[in-house]
Amino acid sequence: MMFSKRTKEHKPFPWHLWVFLGPGLLIYLTFSVYPLLDTLILSLYEEQAGQSEFVGLKNFITLVTDENWSSAFWNALSNNLQFFAFHMLLQNPIGLLLAVLLSSPKLRLASSYRTLIFMPTMLSVVIIGFVWQLILSPIWGISEEFLYSIGLGQYFDAWLGKEGSALVTLSFISVWQFVGIPMMLIYATLLNIPDDIIDASTVDGASPMQTFFHIKLPLILPTIAMVSILTFVANFNAFELIYAVKGALAGPNFSTDLLGTFFYRTFFGFQLQQGSSTMGAAVATLMFLIILVGVMLFLFFIQRRIQRFQF
Amino acid sequence: MRKVCSALPSYKLACFATLLLAGMAQASDTLYVESWRTDDANIWSDTIIPAFNKHHPDIKIQFSPTPPTDYNSALQAKLQAGSAGDIITCRPFDASLQLFDSGYLEKLNGLKGLEDFSDVAKSAWVTDDGREQFCLPMASVIHGFIYNKEIFEELNLTVPKTQDEFFKVLAKIKSESRYTPLDMGTADQWEAATMGFQNIGPNYWKGEAGRKGLIDGTAKLTDQAYVDTWKELAKWKPYLGRGFEAQKYSDSQNLFTLGRAAIYPAGSWDIQTFNNQADFEFGAFPPPVLKQGDTCYISDHTDIGMGINAASKHKEAAKIFLNWMASAEFGELFANAVPGFFPLSNHSVAIKDPAAQTFISWRQQCESTIRNSYQILSRGTPNLENQLWNVSAQVINGTMTPEQAATETQQGLEQWYGPQQ
Repeated sequence: MMFSKRTKEHKPFPWHLWVFLGPGLLIYLTFSVYPLLDTLILSLYEEQAGQSEFVGLKNFITLVTDENWSSAFWNALSNNLQFFAFHMLLQNPIGLLLAVLLSSPKLRLASSYRTLIFMPTMLSVVIIGFVWQLILSPIWGISEEFLYSIGLGQYFDAWLGKEGSALVTLSFISVWQFVGIPMMLIYATLLNIPDDIIDASTVDGASPMQTFFHIKLPLILPTIAMVSILTFVANFNAFELIYAVKGALAGPNFSTDLLGTFFYRTFFGFQLQQGSSTMGAAVATLMFLIILVGVMLFLFFIQRRIQRFQF
Repeated sequence: MRKVCSALPSYKLACFATLLLAGMAQASDTLYVESWRTDDANIWSDTIIPAFNKHHPDIKIQFSPTPPTDYNSALQAKLQAGSAGDIITCRPFDASLQLFDSGYLEKLNGLKGLEDFSDVAKSAWVTDDGREQFCLPMASVIHGFIYNKEIFEELNLTVPKTQDEFFKVLAKIKSESRYTPLDMGTADQWEAATMGFQNIGPNYWKGEAGRKGLIDGTAKLTDQAYVDTWKELAKWKPYLGRGFEAQKYSDSQNLFTLGRAAIYPAGSWDIQTFNNQADFEFGAFPPPVLKQGDTCYISDHTDIGMGINAASKHKEAAKIFLNWMASAEFGELFANAVPGFFPLSNHSVAIKDPAAQTFISWRQQCESTIRNSYQILSRGTPNLENQLWNVSAQVINGTMTPEQAATETQQGLEQWYGPQQ
């Protein structure tokens, strides 16, 4: 009794911790944790004629087994995977390439290029969508003229309107917009590599290619891994570009439907379709789980094996 | 005011009277109108309200619109909180029916003004059994085709009445000029369903008869009438502009107002845009019939209604206002202020805008109907309206046959709609 009292006297309650953590924690709890938990709970209910009722996992079962919902869900998921694959295959390698080029000491006007390439990332998606629709428009667009002038005119098509090419075209637009992010992150890491390591490899007789693959690439792998995980999360939450260009019905024939647009239609409804907050919450929960599982797999299998170097 | 009054005791009596009057004016009826038509705010304050106050100077009207995309949810919240206005602008069909079922809208049965409206006009705001009316029809939009008169003169074309003539005209425009014969895209999908399917369809399914048939289960979307509608849509493809798959609604509008397209499948609301932007004369014709002399049917779609908040303290005044809205005077004011939105009452109204005049004249020659997916049929999953957008766009794109479109939509309906099972 005496002892504990004495320790209390010796260690006063750490008020300062709470004072500093409090505001951030409060905001985080109210605007992030609470809505997330509420969504998870909401997805276990069903609302009919203003009465909500606990139904367990029924919404999820409907979502993955009922033909009306499941075909749309799997379609959106598969489109989303393609969308992600495009970004991984194009956006990140191009970002890496640009970063390497930018960090080359021989390149003049490097900071101008950097700013220009990063510019689209800062623009609103609505503007990007609008501008690209105009560029690609078969009526007013300049892309057809451009293709004719380089002799490829016969390959021009209404890419954004065709079932086979709409998603790919949108992926390209998105890659074009966001390529600045991997570029900047990798560029920053490249600048951090000490010159003496590079100099040492040159002295040892390594060609620039060898220097890149054996020295630089291993050193920037952690950043590439981080860029990949950011791409994954961003792609599975993607919504704005599709909504701005193709609308919530993500045509033609749902070929550009992502989980985000599918969620939007389910939760808010569309035209004559009444929205369902509980079914929408179920879709949102599944999106959350998909992202969670993806990130966890990544952490377990990749992140742990990557070696980090301290300079 | 009170302070002023006590400061000048000699005027106390006069002051008292003023206060009383002020108080009375406040207690007298100011009706607040909830609406999503933010575009119409000037028309209300400059035209509609002064005209009404000529007859009823004692009833004050305040038009307080909310932006269209927020309207439904804002209205719902206001009604729940008891702060909604006295007069509610009604969306057609289920959105308003839900409000009525929740007890937010006053039953209007027996309102004198309602006698001036046809059953088709009233159908958007009655309960499913047709017994209870909860909003007064206010305006509709009509579908048809708008054409560029100068191009028609240049190519020596006459306005087509039958489908054969229609396709001959299209073929002639295509072979003899560089104009886009038919100005519509499928990128936004809704034009394919609304300006395409719902525009030309009523001629096939015989308007109201076909629409009611779908609702009571005697007709199916796989019937010849519907397949034929999609077949005609499929025939549009060669006459649409290059790359129409990526042509958006605004592209179509621009193409027409720039004089680069001859015929535009239209909704009458486009008249306002074209009046502002096109510097040539344009006319309109109804969807061509199959054979000369056939009855024509038009989509005269109910779009705006007016109801009374069940919790309003000024129901009598609101009813007076609604009755006035049913009058020929209001019809004429509204139709001329907003060309392209037509009053739904049976009065004949004089419309000055020539294109709008053409549109409304079809009501005398043709039978009116509304879009067949709007009443009852779009309540379930899969949603019929969404399906119609998707399949109609695909039929025009050529990625789906008319028969497939019919089968897919019919199967969708059978999954949840009792009378179709």
